[in-house]
Amino acid sequence: MALTGIQIFKLLPKTNCGKCGIPTCLAFAMNLAAGKAELSACPFVTEEAKAQLAEASAPPIHPVTIGTGATAFKVGGETVMFRHEKKFENPTAIAVLITDSMSDAEVTNRVDNFNKYTYERVGLKLRANAVAIKSISGDPSKFGTLVEKVAKATDGALILMSDNPDVLATGLKICSSRKPLIYAATKANAETVAKLAKENSCPLVVKGSSLEEIAELTGILNKTGVNDIVIDSGSRTVKQALQDQIIIRGSALQKKFRLLGFPTITFPCEMTNNPMKEALIASMFIAKYAGIIVLSDLQGEVLFPLVVERLNIFTDPQRPLATTPGIYEIGNPNENSPLLITTNFSLTYFIVSGEIETSKVPSYLLVMDTEGLSVMTAWAAGKFVADLIATFIKKSGIEGKIKHHKLIIPGYSASESGGLEEELKGWEIMVGPREGSHIPAYLRNLKA
Amino acid sequence: MAIEIPKTPYSGKVREIKVGKGEKAITVGGENSYPFYLFEGTMTHKPRIAMEILDSPPQEWPQAAIEPFADVINDPVAWAKKCIHTYGAEMIAIQMVSTDPNGTNRGADEAAAVVKKVADAIDVPLIVWGTANHEKDTQVLTRVCEVCQDKRLIIGPVEEKDYKKIAAAAIGYKQTVVASSPIDINLAKQLNILLGNIGVADDMILMDPTVSSIGYGMEYCYSVMERMRMASLTQQDEKLQVPIICNLGKEVWKSKEVHLPDNENNMGNAKNRGIMMEAMSAMAMLLAGGDIIIMRHPEAIKLIKEMIADLTVA
Repeated sequence: MALTGIQIFKLLPKTNCGKCGIPTCLAFAMNLAAGKAELSACPFVTEEAKAQLAEASAPPIHPVTIGTGATAFKVGGETVMFRHEKKFENPTAIAVLITDSMSDAEVTNRVDNFNKYTYERVGLKLRANAVAIKSISGDPSKFGTLVEKVAKATDGALILMSDNPDVLATGLKICSSRKPLIYAATKANAETVAKLAKENSCPLVVKGSSLEEIAELTGILNKTGVNDIVIDSGSRTVKQALQDQIIIRGSALQKKFRLLGFPTITFPCEMTNNPMKEALIASMFIAKYAGIIVLSDLQGEVLFPLVVERLNIFTDPQRPLATTPGIYEIGNPNENSPLLITTNFSLTYFIVSGEIETSKVPSYLLVMDTEGLSVMTAWAAGKFVADLIATFIKKSGIEGKIKHHKLIIPGYSASESGGLEEELKGWEIMVGPREGSHIPAYLRNLKA
Repeated sequence: MAIEIPKTPYSGKVREIKVGKGEKAITVGGENSYPFYLFEGTMTHKPRIAMEILDSPPQEWPQAAIEPFADVINDPVAWAKKCIHTYGAEMIAIQMVSTDPNGTNRGADEAAAVVKKVADAIDVPLIVWGTANHEKDTQVLTRVCEVCQDKRLIIGPVEEKDYKKIAAAAIGYKQTVVASSPIDINLAKQLNILLGNIGVADDMILMDPTVSSIGYGMEYCYSVMERMRMASLTQQDEKLQVPIICNLGKEVWKSKEVHLPDNENNMGNAKNRGIMMEAMSAMAMLLAGGDIIIMRHPEAIKLIKEMIADLTVA
């Protein structure tokens, strides 16, 4: 039975020392109750309290960290089935597959793509997260050479894949300090592989042929002290693999079934030979509950939509994404180009800038900080009104870039135009369209 | 070790709606579980993909989207036929872009005549989609309803500000309407109620929650659609037990990223990028509850149809 924040608080030291990273014991207790923190973060909690709290405070889906340093990532830790209830916590990690049966050139190419394909969006850097290195030959020394090569070529997180513990041990000797994910413990090798995971303190995948078998294995591993577990349900058909994802998350969250309370790993790369179909399967797993997806290759045309979809699905529904405020130049504008202004809700920015681009009329777009609110909401909240807009214009430095003094404001803030003409002496305020889709026609008309 | 599989407490199901006429008529809806949760329930009718055509040649389509239709792009009838005979389209959606008052502003009679020609030439269900300009859609769509009497068209978008006249015409000439609302579950429900109040039968309504592409607010419609399904399946909200239609293709293919050239910003092949953005956006809409998805590129459609088949295989 889960405890409330207050019940947990009573068992904490109540010193507000902040060592857990959260300023007060009460706030820490609230986070524990919400499954957003782990008790081990508190250095002073008593053994007795620990025992009482352990069961109740552990998040229903155990968060697992893979890798080290800047490229380390966390999977699991999810608390809801639907993103509108509360945000999805840890974005699905994307991995690319490399095997010891590939040519050197192929390996180099894949690692290069992994390193190179990064994307900027709303000030965030989007990229793939891990390289999965798989032994096909079963030869430990061949695997060791490959792991060494890949580890040198990228600082990304690593996944070591083999069903032979000797092969895994060889790989771990080379890169255990980078906390790779070990793949995989099965019914046949669980004991030996669990030992490897424990000795090297690395996370471990459990692979079974059914959820029952997996639950048995995670139970055994938990008893040996291995808790950082990722589940591979073994299914390689689209239908069954999706159902496994749903059932695994559902039993952890709705039934509080600890033995399946772990993030998952999925293998679109083993589900089709068509790279575009593979990416489409991956996109399904981003929406429906995979912790990690392994792809056979990374191409820009599939990776870009995948990482953007991931950004969308894992956005906090209660906190809109915001774009950096400032002056945006679209299509090489000059000192006579039109000047438009909008708010910094990222969606507003994407639509307005996209429509200006479509118009092919070079323009300046001023994006004002409205705490991520859209035009109408910001206006209603008093964050996109004449005096604030005027102050922003004066401070923005736009007057040094243009010769004219004409400002196009969004149609939904038309009522601010009078106020703006008073605040911005000598400026002509023009009211643009209400809908972004009418911007191209508006700008072309202006030019004509 | 026995696993106790969690069961969602379903209490309702999505209404079944039949569109089109004759042998190629299609029924959508009927699902009594979340999309593709086939261990919990059934999807009586699989989701369908409608192929998009325009009523006049496209102005701002990237090359990748024009290419498959280059030989028919000036003729909506030939275009619709190519979609059906070459690409296996089960439904056609004609976008009435020529009627846009901010564009060529074609008149209602002329526009309706084009629709009539297409409707007469094909035997699969036809969706007719206006420009979301209330005044103009009222003129065009009421006229379309009239000249295509008994074709069992799907007519949209019908919005809170223009539903009365369009819905009246749809009732009179037996066409199904698309109730369109701006990404808001309460407004969607309210419009369904308003349509019911003026006499549109329950089995003549589809709803459009307003959708967008990956990267352009897809998460908003995704969550609204999930909530609609939650309300209709687990909270017995009869007014939301309505099949969902997503006019998606046009949203994807107007995004900035599908217009960028090959290899720009590490985004790879331009054509495949557009196809993937459309297919992935459609995948998300299907997982959230889409029953009909309007799509543009034949290769994106082929991929998504394979996914639907894989996910619903017996």
